[in-house]
Amino acid sequence: MTSMKNFMLSLGVIALYALHQDIWFWDVAQPLVFGFLPVGLFYHAVYSVAVALFMILLVSVAWPVELEREVEGESSDSSEDVS
Amino acid sequence: MIPTLVIFAYLGIVLYIGIFASRRFDQGSAEGYFLAGRSLGPAVFLLSLFGTNMTAFTILGSAGHAFSNGIVTYGLMASSSALIIPVTLFLIGTRVWALGKRHGFITPVQMFRDRWECGHIGTLIFGLQAVLLLPYIIIAVMGGGTTLSAVSGGIVPYWLGGAVVALVVMSYVFFGGMRGTAWVNSFQTVLFLVFGAVALGLIGSSLGGYSQAMNGLLESGATASLLTRERVSPQFFLSYTFIPLSTIVFPHIMIFCLTARRMTQFKKTVIYYPLCILAIWLPCVFLGVAANAMLEVPGIAAKLDARELLASGEALSAAMVTELRQIAAGDDVIILMLEHYAPLWMAGLLGAGIMAAVMASDSQILALSTMFTEDIFAFYGGTKRFGERVQVQMGRLFVVVIAGLAYVIALRASAGIFNLAVQYAFSGYAALFPLLVGALFWKNSTKWGAFAVTMWTATTVAAVAVFQGVVPPAAPGTTVSYWTVVGVDVIARTPGGTDVLGFMPVVPMTIVSALLMMAVSLVTTRPSQATLEKYF
Repeated sequence: MTSMKNFMLSLGVIALYALHQDIWFWDVAQPLVFGFLPVGLFYHAVYSVAVALFMILLVSVAWPVELEREVEGESSDSSEDVS
Repeated sequence: MIPTLVIFAYLGIVLYIGIFASRRFDQGSAEGYFLAGRSLGPAVFLLSLFGTNMTAFTILGSAGHAFSNGIVTYGLMASSSALIIPVTLFLIGTRVWALGKRHGFITPVQMFRDRWECGHIGTLIFGLQAVLLLPYIIIAVMGGGTTLSAVSGGIVPYWLGGAVVALVVMSYVFFGGMRGTAWVNSFQTVLFLVFGAVALGLIGSSLGGYSQAMNGLLESGATASLLTRERVSPQFFLSYTFIPLSTIVFPHIMIFCLTARRMTQFKKTVIYYPLCILAIWLPCVFLGVAANAMLEVPGIAAKLDARELLASGEALSAAMVTELRQIAAGDDVIILMLEHYAPLWMAGLLGAGIMAAVMASDSQILALSTMFTEDIFAFYGGTKRFGERVQVQMGRLFVVVIAGLAYVIALRASAGIFNLAVQYAFSGYAALFPLLVGALFWKNSTKWGAFAVTMWTATTVAAVAVFQGVVPPAAPGTTVSYWTVVGVDVIARTPGGTDVLGFMPVVPMTIVSALLMMAVSLVTTRPSQATLEKYF
């Protein structure tokens, strides 16, 4: 189960890396989103937000709990969380 | 005069923050001074880790690069970092933190020595990392001098501006140690975050919005390509994604990973890092591109004229080309726009934001001092002989020595040399990335593998530096081939650097580094089982 989860998350990282190489917007400036933002720049701004959302997923489902417990002890309170 | 006063007030505030922080830790403890007692809270950890990684380039250089190259700047330098840096903090930063907490490591070199059961490999890595780090500190002093001189309209000369910046940074690092540095970095990061949005809003409201400016750029044949990425090749774009691998290897970032009170503090940093990048880089890149339409700003009009003359193909003397390139460079476009569009007092506040960016050398100074005292002074018996209090005093003395040395060099050398050195340093640290991965995730890695990686990195950084020093850059828009094999350009000189098979040198440097770590480790003896059990 854990190895499947890690595999899926690794695929997610690879997919995000591939999405960074957006050759489909390479020589396209239009439309100007909101009337002033070139679409290629808008894409990478949205990409940054998408990465942040993926990071929420990453720390929620793949946090190295065992490593944390080992170092901080079993009493470790993980309440200081993502929120 | 008002902007100068605002900047001096800002310098006073950061000095106060740094010195105030010195009351909050045990002055005689090495962990207290160098790692803030491993006790930084989540907000300070996020803001200061992010701020530590933001340099003068973030605000001034990104806008300047976008002015000349267009929107590609964001994809090259910002969104690639938005993915790579949080992932490496998640995978590597947390592990480094755990090992530091468990085994008491204060520097990465201590970990490498222990992991590979070899003192010499640590000394070698220390030497290379120190050499690659020094240019940052020198550049920051130069940037401080230049900015203070520019904002004051020459009232504060370059030598005095550089001295003031060196003195202020030295003082709060000297007194405040890691806690002072982290607090100042947090304050500076808040300034960065506010800077971009405020500058964007102020300039936009003076212009009556950006639509007209951007449509104007789109309609002109000379500037339309700035709104696309057609000026760079996909290989070049891909190459840049290797550069953020350097971040987690920088000693000041790795040392910073050790300061968190708890591992959960990495969570917020990992999540918010891409958003902080967006908040700072997007306005700066956008303003840099939009500056191409601001012909009513005299300084920008002069840059555009110089660029046009350079691109005209007219026969120009070498001296003329150099002068035109200097005029056309865009590092000061944001300052020029603010001077033209923002009210004077606001220009001062924003000038303080720029100062915050150029002063981001504090962590590097502290990291070098920490490395020297832990990896050299303590390792070779200094602490045993003289005690921990003397070790901390040595660290402080080293802070003074580094800041003084950086200032003296900054007065005598040209900025171009060190800008290039910083460029090489990024590639060098990225090429050291396999060293870190091998240490943390691969049982079979050996000291000889680490030795091969370190020597390869040192050699290739020097080779690229020599090549670019000896071979003049190609003319804008061209590439000059220097080594061709069966019709394929293996090594070529470009206007801004070097190409290896169409990629930036960082790509083969990092890939070969990883291969060396694997190949050499597989034929040499790995550390003892007892050591491996500490790490796996």
